[in-house]
Amino acid sequence: MADTLLEIKNLRIEATVYAPGEKPRDVVIVDDVSLTLERGKVMGLIGESGAGKSTIGLSALSYGRGGIRLSGGNILLNGREIRAASAATLRGLRGKEVTYVAQSAAAAFNPAKRLMEQVTEATLHHGLMSKDEAEKRAVELFRTLSLPDPENFGKRYPHQVSGGQLQRAMTAMALCPKPDLVIFDEPTTALDVTTQIDVLAAIKTAIAETGVAALYITHDLAVVAQVSDEIMVLRHGKMVEHGTVQQIIEAPREEYTQALISVRSIDHQQKQPTPEPLLRVEGVSARYGAMAKDVLSDVSVELHPGQTLALVGESGSGKSTMARVITGLLPPRKGTITFDGRPLPPALKQRSRDELRELQMIYQMADVAMNPRQTVATIIGRPLEFYFGLRGRKRDERVQELLDAIELGKGFADRYPAELSGGQKQRVCIARALAAKPKLIICDEVTSALDPLVADGILKLLLDLQSREGVAYLFITHDIATVRAIADSIAVMYRGQVQRYGPKDQVLAPPFDAYTDLLLSSVPEMELGWLEKVLAHRRMTSAGN
Amino acid sequence: MKGIPISALLGLFVTGLFFLAAILAPWIAPYGLGQIVGDIWEPSSSQFWLGTDNLGRDLLTRMIYGGQTTIFVASAATAVSFTLGSVLGFTAAVYGGLTDQIMSRINDLVMSIPTLIFALVVLSVMPVTIPVLILVMGLLDSTRVFRLSRAVAVDINVMDFVEAARLRGEGQRWVIFREILPNALSPLVAELGLRFIFAILFISTLSFLGIGIQPPETDWGGIVKENREGIVYGIPAALIPAVAIVTLSISVNLVADWALNRTTSLKGGRGG
Repeated sequence: MADTLLEIKNLRIEATVYAPGEKPRDVVIVDDVSLTLERGKVMGLIGESGAGKSTIGLSALSYGRGGIRLSGGNILLNGREIRAASAATLRGLRGKEVTYVAQSAAAAFNPAKRLMEQVTEATLHHGLMSKDEAEKRAVELFRTLSLPDPENFGKRYPHQVSGGQLQRAMTAMALCPKPDLVIFDEPTTALDVTTQIDVLAAIKTAIAETGVAALYITHDLAVVAQVSDEIMVLRHGKMVEHGTVQQIIEAPREEYTQALISVRSIDHQQKQPTPEPLLRVEGVSARYGAMAKDVLSDVSVELHPGQTLALVGESGSGKSTMARVITGLLPPRKGTITFDGRPLPPALKQRSRDELRELQMIYQMADVAMNPRQTVATIIGRPLEFYFGLRGRKRDERVQELLDAIELGKGFADRYPAELSGGQKQRVCIARALAAKPKLIICDEVTSALDPLVADGILKLLLDLQSREGVAYLFITHDIATVRAIADSIAVMYRGQVQRYGPKDQVLAPPFDAYTDLLLSSVPEMELGWLEKVLAHRRMTSAGN
Repeated sequence: MKGIPISALLGLFVTGLFFLAAILAPWIAPYGLGQIVGDIWEPSSSQFWLGTDNLGRDLLTRMIYGGQTTIFVASAATAVSFTLGSVLGFTAAVYGGLTDQIMSRINDLVMSIPTLIFALVVLSVMPVTIPVLILVMGLLDSTRVFRLSRAVAVDINVMDFVEAARLRGEGQRWVIFREILPNALSPLVAELGLRFIFAILFISTLSFLGIGIQPPETDWGGIVKENREGIVYGIPAALIPAVAIVTLSISVNLVADWALNRTTSLKGGRGG
């Protein structure tokens, strides 16, 4: 095995937890993980949050984030042991033999320096090339990564380029010193789907052209399937399964991997529109403060009782503004909103208590949507008190009923939000919305902060509650897979306008308009060669035009 | 009460001692407040533990009674400043807009006048009684609390859970006291420890300048004033109140630190 680049054997990583009021204790973050990466190959590390994938990735740099100890096993890079190597050895290694691409490029670049300076910094620091050579290589890499105007791209500052371009610039930074190994830590997670596909294609091309080996860390199996040769599935710091991409996607052995692959395969029967819509938004335009441009312009949609309308679009398309307009936080400039046959007063303050009750909201970040100083019983119980005047034992009984409805059961009422997991928090938020017995719940990206399996559970719960309570959902999301799973009708939003609107089967069936086509074809699918197929399809359409 | 760190225990113990001494002053003081029991500036002895003062009164007795006044006035003034400052600060943050602007600018105006000078002016035209002192100190200090609580509340006010409460239709009172206050407690508790000590220093300063607590009553600042000439002759009597102030401030802040740790714990302050 002469071409083995990185060999990790029985790696064990620990950290000490200092919980307030408790004795410090050691927790094992990664336990007995081994992997072998050959020169020029790409391995995908995949798992939900807390699986230890980033920690393993960073261990290839022999680096542990604050308080983390690489406490056992071997890390061999080019046949040399680097675990517990001296600081000087590691300095010579990092940024030269191994480089790193972080998740949030916007936070990883120094906003006060030009891109070129930062892209070539490690190369020059290690004295690998002269300044001219390094800059020439950087421009070549910019070209490979299909960045606009590669000759002059490096002269810009980080804030002058888009998020997707910045992520590609970071890839150029990592590739510039001609490393043996690049670690990609969720490089496309923070990007819109339409941007993600370009970055993904750029990274794939760059890896192929430079022949570098890579560890590609992500939680999205569909993404990793496009760029990797092998995949390792991790859970709770342990290896679940390891195999070639083809084997993992087509014939997963472990139950956990199978669950990851079949995620979002919810079967939902599309409902037919009823004669009288519950919510009718007509010709709504809205803007924030003294802005000169409308964030929403002339938006009209309808939502029928007991059904789900999905608002889809990339960030900045006005989806969340729509929620603010409907809830009355941002009175519209033009247009009307009719709810349950009556016109809804535009501003929150003008609405009656019943109008407020019938329209509830669930937020993206369940953490900040609940007061951290209130117990679950208070959080769910308050709407009961407030709208229905329930007190004492009656209130407690109803709280327990709601907890049962969200499948949490006993023992949760006295907990604080900090004592719940991400999925449990979102469930409590759902219970709070349900407590008001609403006719409509606005769900603002409710699953996008959750791990796929947890998100799946939440979606199933929402559908289940819809069939039992007959509540309608206005579902705001950027994730087409979620939309496919739960929507009855869909509105595709782009730059504050509804681009395409109708029942799900019509919206998701060709012929598509240009934007919907772009959006739909950008969603990674769990299929080998999907990326190439889409890119070929795009080249064809653009050649046809 | 288990799991309290040693520093906090020490702080609790010393603070408790000071407060107990203040409350029980008439019973534990060895002599009467104005009673002349010995020679001027006697050194400490088994009869007079801290010696005697410039008139031959027992210094320990004076310190205990003085501590009573000082601690009472400082506590009351801090209570006034916190109640007023935080309620107004939260109100400004929650209402925002013009209300916030008017309240904040008036606050800036008051803050721009040096506190001590403001107090000197007010107290020179008002009768110097303990309620007046407490009110003046409390009002002047509340400007600082106002700024802090407004700044903290503005951040909390934009969180999703406050928005959720608004969407539910909750009134401002619920938003202020049930959503914002519990989450603003940590910085306010830290500030409380500090403000209490500043209040002690403030009342001591006023008394030292002769416009605070009036004789025959006394407080720690008054004791420094009465005994300041002794320093020239190497008599440490004036330093004893200083030591008391330092000890009390450190121990109060040790307790405040611990309270801070407890309130920042997101398990609702139950753990630890």
